[in-house]
Amino acid sequence: MSDYIFLDDRRYAPTHEWAKVEGDIAIVGISDYAQHALSDVVYVELPEVGTQVSKGDPVAVVESVKAAEDVYAPLSGEIVEINEELPDNPEWVNEDPYGKAWFFKIKMSNPAEYDELLDVEAYKKVVEEEEH
Amino acid sequence: MRGPEPTIYEISSPGRRGYTLPELDVPESDIPEEFLRDRLLLPEVAEVDLVRHFVRLSQKNFGVDLGFYPLGSCTMKYNPKVNEVAARLPGFTKIHPLQDPATVQGAMQLMYELQTYLAEITGFAATTLQPAAGAHGELTGVLMMRKLIHEGRGEPHRTKVLVPDSAHGTNPATTTMSGLQVVEIPSDKRGNVDLNELKKHLDDTVLGFMLTNPNTLGLFDEHLLELTHLVHEAGGLMYGDGANLNALLGITKPADLGFDVMHINLHKTFSTPHGGGGPGSGPVVCTEELAPYLPGPIVDVEEHDDHVHYIWKMPEHSIGRVKAFWGNFGVMVKAYTYIRMLGAQGLREVAENAVLNANYLQALVKKTYPVPYGFRTCMHEFVAQGKIEGAEDVRALDIAKRLIDYGFHPPTMYFPLIVPEALMIEPTETESKQTLDAFAEALERIAEEARTQPELLKTAPHEAPVRRLDEVRAARYPKLKDVPGME
Repeated sequence: MSDYIFLDDRRYAPTHEWAKVEGDIAIVGISDYAQHALSDVVYVELPEVGTQVSKGDPVAVVESVKAAEDVYAPLSGEIVEINEELPDNPEWVNEDPYGKAWFFKIKMSNPAEYDELLDVEAYKKVVEEEEH
Repeated sequence: MRGPEPTIYEISSPGRRGYTLPELDVPESDIPEEFLRDRLLLPEVAEVDLVRHFVRLSQKNFGVDLGFYPLGSCTMKYNPKVNEVAARLPGFTKIHPLQDPATVQGAMQLMYELQTYLAEITGFAATTLQPAAGAHGELTGVLMMRKLIHEGRGEPHRTKVLVPDSAHGTNPATTTMSGLQVVEIPSDKRGNVDLNELKKHLDDTVLGFMLTNPNTLGLFDEHLLELTHLVHEAGGLMYGDGANLNALLGITKPADLGFDVMHINLHKTFSTPHGGGGPGSGPVVCTEELAPYLPGPIVDVEEHDDHVHYIWKMPEHSIGRVKAFWGNFGVMVKAYTYIRMLGAQGLREVAENAVLNANYLQALVKKTYPVPYGFRTCMHEFVAQGKIEGAEDVRALDIAKRLIDYGFHPPTMYFPLIVPEALMIEPTETESKQTLDAFAEALERIAEEARTQPELLKTAPHEAPVRRLDEVRAARYPKLKDVPGME
């Protein structure tokens, strides 16, 4: 448990995505716990820029040698930018999940949704429960 | 035996060949210019090189004829050789699918009887033998459900298919391929479908529920009858994934449990070769109501005064063909032979011994490894975890690789997804107590090695033709073609 990195400058979805807000844009990636659980990531599929997404929609895919998982939009809005370098460098997800390995940016249509996401303490509890 | 075998292209040498053609006895005609290529990359080898290459490859392979193969969810039972004898009979091998039905009545009789046996074993009304594998059978079954609900019952608003979180990945894939939406239903603490969660999703948009029973945890759903009742009450249909039918043969019939349609894997339950030894076959059985939607043609019988005549018949509202010709016929001959050799009592004993073997092995393995649902009696398989106290760095993968050194095929790993570090073990009915004891002992010794010399596991296998493969590199930088001179 203590091994995982949790950052308090962002919020988390119970499905292990993080979102960090800059103005009306939210940057989205997956948590350090998620990349640990997946193990070595070998493939990332990103949405197209311009896609309208609703909170909870599966919008990206991340595959490791163990499993393939959907990445869900933690917030509603429009995909305005994707990390185009990430699909060619899937190992970034393991190396730097909160930095280099951001997945996409959403222009939020309902910024109030951000406050509904889990703060770092609440997210730690989710991870603790999954670890049991 | 050590080291990689070169590819057939690396053995190739220009001008070498392994055949001679007879003298031309028809007028020669030239291939039109536009169909000719400068360079056709075919290997050129002598017969002896060819035979040695493939024999060497076969010696590096691990198959059920070589050792214990407890690959969970795959039912890697021994394939009796009498099946092969029957399938090689010239009456079955020297016929053509386009022949006049009057000249292949024997083959059609076999298909008709196999259709009948499979329907009888599962309690259903009708069968198609066309699908070529399990997932193909799933797609067939779900397309039939969709057509019945959307067209037959006139409810096109039903587009949701419920799938438990313990399901094979093919279930959601099938749903998506059928143009329907997947809704995942979590499992409860005893490994059953969580009925309270299920009830939240049962509305008039539900087309059906796809359930594997016993499920991938090797557990028979304890609320199955209530579950199938709830789905039917909501206007949905029950799809049965027959992957684990081996546990039920002769004990209970899926139709009696409330399923409407299911596929059967002949290459699992009915002992036909599997994996690289395939091909597979995934017949679909269904209720009276779904029967008109079966793909066709299927074999039907006409009764005459002094004889019967087998004919091809297209079901009335058929979803159409799902495969060219009649399905994988050779596989059907083998499955038919298996059923006839065992008979009803023998098939029941298959299930009894498959479940007994799995529970015996579960009891042994439980002493050394966590078995999260080990408090329940399992069916034909169980799921342990590759977690060893005092060796926290060791993973399921390392244990699996080390098992190869002990002469066993590793179990299925990292599936089902709801069990971390899963080792899914299915011994099947064809293994002796000695083999099960030896496997459990190997797992115990590996746990001991993990504590005292973990490097041994981390670098395993040591005794196989190749050492630990770098699967991360293979997935990140796949080299898909290895043909000299080919881009």
